[in-house]
Amino acid sequence: MIRDVFRVLKVDLTVRKGEILTVEGRDEVVGGSGLAAKLFGKFGDPARPWDDPGQPLIFAIGPLTGFFPLMSKTVCGFKSPYHDQYAESHAGGRSALSLRLADLDALVITGRAERPVCLSLGSRHLDIKDVSYLWGKDLHTTGKTLRRLHPGSGHRSIWRIGPAGENRSAMACINVDTYRHFGRLGAGAVMGSKRLKAIVVQGDGIFPLPEGKTYPALFQRIHDLLTETQMMHKYHNLGTPVNMAVLNGLSSLPIRNLQRTTDPDMDRISGERFADETLARHMACAGCPVGCIHVGFVREKFMEPNQYLYRQVSYDHEPIFAAGAMLGVDNPFEVLAIIDESEKAGLDIMSAGVALAWATEALEKGLVTEKETLVPLTFGHAGAFRTAMRHLGDGANPFYQVLAQGAAKAAQVYGGSDFACVLGQEMAGYATGEVFFTAQALGFRHSHLDSGGYSYDQKHEEKNVDAAVDFLVRDEADRVCLTNMVCCLFAREVYKPALLSECLESLGYKTLAGSLGETAERVRRMRWKLRMDTGFDPIGVRIPKRFTEIVTWKGPLDAAYLDSLRSAYAARIAAFGV
Amino acid sequence: MKTLVASRMETCIGCHSCSLACARLVHRRLSWDTAGIRIASSGGLSTGFEARLCLACDPAPCADACPTGAYTLRKGGGVVVRKKLCIRCGKCAAACPVSAIYLDETGEPFVCIHCGRCVEFCPHECLSMIEAPAPAAFGGRNS
Repeated sequence: MIRDVFRVLKVDLTVRKGEILTVEGRDEVVGGSGLAAKLFGKFGDPARPWDDPGQPLIFAIGPLTGFFPLMSKTVCGFKSPYHDQYAESHAGGRSALSLRLADLDALVITGRAERPVCLSLGSRHLDIKDVSYLWGKDLHTTGKTLRRLHPGSGHRSIWRIGPAGENRSAMACINVDTYRHFGRLGAGAVMGSKRLKAIVVQGDGIFPLPEGKTYPALFQRIHDLLTETQMMHKYHNLGTPVNMAVLNGLSSLPIRNLQRTTDPDMDRISGERFADETLARHMACAGCPVGCIHVGFVREKFMEPNQYLYRQVSYDHEPIFAAGAMLGVDNPFEVLAIIDESEKAGLDIMSAGVALAWATEALEKGLVTEKETLVPLTFGHAGAFRTAMRHLGDGANPFYQVLAQGAAKAAQVYGGSDFACVLGQEMAGYATGEVFFTAQALGFRHSHLDSGGYSYDQKHEEKNVDAAVDFLVRDEADRVCLTNMVCCLFAREVYKPALLSECLESLGYKTLAGSLGETAERVRRMRWKLRMDTGFDPIGVRIPKRFTEIVTWKGPLDAAYLDSLRSAYAARIAAFGV
Repeated sequence: MKTLVASRMETCIGCHSCSLACARLVHRRLSWDTAGIRIASSGGLSTGFEARLCLACDPAPCADACPTGAYTLRKGGGVVVRKKLCIRCGKCAAACPVSAIYLDETGEPFVCIHCGRCVEFCPHECLSMIEAPAPAAFGGRNS
């Protein structure tokens, strides 16, 4: 449980057997991001494609998982179908605590099952069950069936894929406990390629805690910081959707495939409007008293007379941006309905929304016709987008099959690369300016959470390439420190290095407590080396023209500044991979 | 003496902070099983949560079922378990009508001791400590 080595369960789906491995290196790679990278180095092959059966799908937690509040995330490491390079995706829910209580630091899955299977594991069991009858089923139906099949309600975590993952879409997510996701870069397709429909982790182990008063007192202090101060108020209150109105006000909200950055109509899908009109309740990841998960409701009349159905759909800033602003949809209930279709298909809503935004503009411009899109995609028309989400998940025709590999891939076939809003992958919901575009295009996960570029843009009007790049480099290391633990990044203002050291010390990880900066730097370099060994060339990264055509609160985007940032940050990153 | 009640479970967000606090502070374990209060989703996450904890029954089926006298009624509600007298037979857990007693792999029972230490860890005030009402006569209070 608290140990200087990693206890890893490796399951080979081809031979349907697992083995418990003891892996050295706690003091070198910590856990989480570092452990996933280490395990990919051990079991992965950089030269073979992402869907080679031998490639590992890795889930790793950290030394603080379960022991402190908001240490609630799991790192998924895999070779991505999006770019065939090493990638990470993170998710919460009950995933991390379930792995901890299953007495595992990591789960590694290799091989390919002969038929669709569900992997079920806990501290004292491992089963691989045939679930051919679930293949083709949407995420909701799959979840309901799995809950019936596996006991342990409340103390298990269910990870599952939908049709998008089965169809190897590069934007297929792994759904975690209904409302959370390993969302980005196509981890769901890796499960699909292994014919692994679902994983059920039972957190049924019981473990001793450190003796003495230090640990419980430290827990109490952190719990109080999280719940009795204003540090987490934003997430508990409106949640991340508070950003919608802020960004719209700053002319920094990507709207209608980034054709504009502000629009009074977008006030109708602000965080405030979602809370007032659609919010049904909050939920939390296991071990998090903040409860940032916002669950909205959709009520729809499906038949006369007065026959209604009711759905619950989780929302955040990013899904609202992708299914709302980016598609020009300004009705909260319609936004939730689009998100719900994406959920059922098992798509990453961010990539799917941005890809459909590209398709809509491509249709407007005549690069594709309705023969390709099958429905008349029009900004603001939610009904067509709901149908298109299903087509995208199903890969309904050659157009949707290529679009499911990313908007940039589709643009290579049909034209329209200039307006494909892709920064490494489909953009996140921030049109804040040059620093963010650089940060996402070159970020390790191509995620808005790789570094605080969007925040830097909002605070700095001056154009200082060195200062901005220094910030990105420094901030990435700080975040790697957290994703080694694995901490929810929303708690980054609470878990500063001194507090992390105290936490590690209280559990007996004395060496780790004294080497946070050193280990973060080591893991940062490990990850980048893997990324570059699998084909990433930071120097070759280019940012599509659309990003240079926008106007933010600072005025028209400065293409020359953007290019200087891009080349300077690319050079710094290239040095990490040596 | 007061007893713990989960009186506002409709506001529960499923964070398990109560269970983890009980396991940590009362039983000195990292677990969401070895706790006097345990949270389950009631038919999938989309339908909310339920708490499994001792309802302070009087008479208490668990105490009645215990063959060695390890269970006795606690003054003010609930039960006291003397682990030295427990033979790990599991009859208490089988007798509990609301599955409030958890047995670990050795058969050791874990049941709420109504100490209230979990209450402050609930961020949504789902839990409270109350004076146990006088038991209702089976024919009704006025019979």
